[in-house]
Amino acid sequence: MSDILVDHPYIEDFLTSFGLIVKPGADSLQSYLDNLDPDKLEDLGISEEQLRQSFDDFLEGMLAISDPMDKVEALTVIGGHDKSGSAEGIELTLKPGEVICIVGPTGSGKSRLLADIEWVAQGDTPTKRKILINGQVPDNKWRFSTEYKLVAQLSQNMNFVMDLSAEEFIRMHAESRLVTDPQKKVAQILQQANELAGERFDPDTPVTSLSGGQSRALMIADMAILSKSPIALIDEIENAGIDRKKALDLLVKEEKIILMATHDPILALMGDRRLVIKNGGIDKIIESSEAERKNLVSLEKLDTKLLALRNRIRTGDTLENIEGV
Amino acid sequence: MRFLTISGPPSSGKTSVILRVIEALQARGKKIGVVKFDCLLTDDDKLYAKKGVLVQKGLSGALCPDHYFVSNIESCVTWGHENGCEYLISESAGLCNRCSPHIKEITAVCVIDNLSGIGTPKKIGPMLKSADIVIITKGDIVSQAEREVFASRVKQVNPGAIIMNVNGITGQGAFELTSLFEEASDIETLKGKELRFSMPAALCSYCLGETRIGEEHQTGNIRKMDL
Repeated sequence: MSDILVDHPYIEDFLTSFGLIVKPGADSLQSYLDNLDPDKLEDLGISEEQLRQSFDDFLEGMLAISDPMDKVEALTVIGGHDKSGSAEGIELTLKPGEVICIVGPTGSGKSRLLADIEWVAQGDTPTKRKILINGQVPDNKWRFSTEYKLVAQLSQNMNFVMDLSAEEFIRMHAESRLVTDPQKKVAQILQQANELAGERFDPDTPVTSLSGGQSRALMIADMAILSKSPIALIDEIENAGIDRKKALDLLVKEEKIILMATHDPILALMGDRRLVIKNGGIDKIIESSEAERKNLVSLEKLDTKLLALRNRIRTGDTLENIEGV
Repeated sequence: MRFLTISGPPSSGKTSVILRVIEALQARGKKIGVVKFDCLLTDDDKLYAKKGVLVQKGLSGALCPDHYFVSNIESCVTWGHENGCEYLISESAGLCNRCSPHIKEITAVCVIDNLSGIGTPKKIGPMLKSADIVIITKGDIVSQAEREVFASRVKQVNPGAIIMNVNGITGQGAFELTSLFEEASDIETLKGKELRFSMPAALCSYCLGETRIGEEHQTGNIRKMDL
């Protein structure tokens, strides 16, 4: 049993999470399970039969995590209808590395669209949309399995409740995903996050003391490097304390399909296409045009100017003379 | 009548999630009943009544809440059936982590929230470990990484369950959860059914109202700590 526990440390985690005491020794795992005291199990609130069933399910799940994820080469949204029942009449295929913005007022149906994708809807949601993966009706595992999450979501509120340092936190996440070289991955994520963040932070900074920009940078680096989900869903990236262009480039480089709910002109123009949502349906699709991209240059200048002014405020400067910023 | 037992630690968001599911079920034209179990006081029955569902509330008072649950649930199911409910939901808080209202062959749901801390899943007994569906709430307040770590801890103690993130405030995930409810156990009565796991026993002098501390006042099922 000692050998098994060394090779598969998660087995010990599993047993201790049921309150069992594991004493590695020469006994086989089989005889360990056979010799568990039924009264002790009753105290712990589990029957032997159920423990064995859970153990089998657990091992199966663990082996599935180490399996390579099915590659998502294309995600197709087949239109349903809007709130008044008018057909959307679209078929939209998204590819890895694409950035698609989703725009529309509150309540227009952006969340429903994102939920349809996450649920891999098959005409069974209020919009009647259908989602295909690699051109086919996908396997049910995309709906229910925690290993095969189709979408990783970066929400706008980013609070941490765990009392851990940035390094410990990322390591815990890496371990839960059973990556092969967690130490290396953790270092990579922290370095990447520091490149994205306006202000650097140490690995031993508690996650709860990270600034908004640092948290976003950490979570984007984490999502790019650690998450196996092929779709990254981003709910606006606030323009503070993070290099947004680098952040998007990082996710693009990792071959994610990026869906971004945003009304920020610069972010919107960084996208390849914009889905305009109206009355619960996809109203139209705007390709970012050449003319728009040209305007992006001047928008970025404007943005840099605002950032410089922001920095002045931060450092206690005045804004009496802003010529030449 | 489709019947489900929903349980979870206090304030994990059970009522909010159920309310969102009720809205989705009502949109499908279903008649719903809810039985709310609590200890001292609850106003949740008013929230349910406002949604136009049939509601019963059971307050256990000075009795152990889960023992109270199991002694009443059969008649509640009969009540739901006689009143023509197509869905009956029982909601009870797991106040002691060793207890669980889940019944064999009846769809069992546990609601637990992201804010409760990553050590919590392993601290909860059969209520979580034997549930068929585990709903994780309050996901909007924490980061994706934290959601994933928390879900992996839940998965560790109940690897066979369907684990879903549902937001009781925005309703995100409630529609999807409702489609699982549509496959819940279809029954007319609980006659002959059994709990999934035994409940903790007491039967000592303190069960009978003893308040004095000291060996001489302790009789019945007593267990001592190994100090």
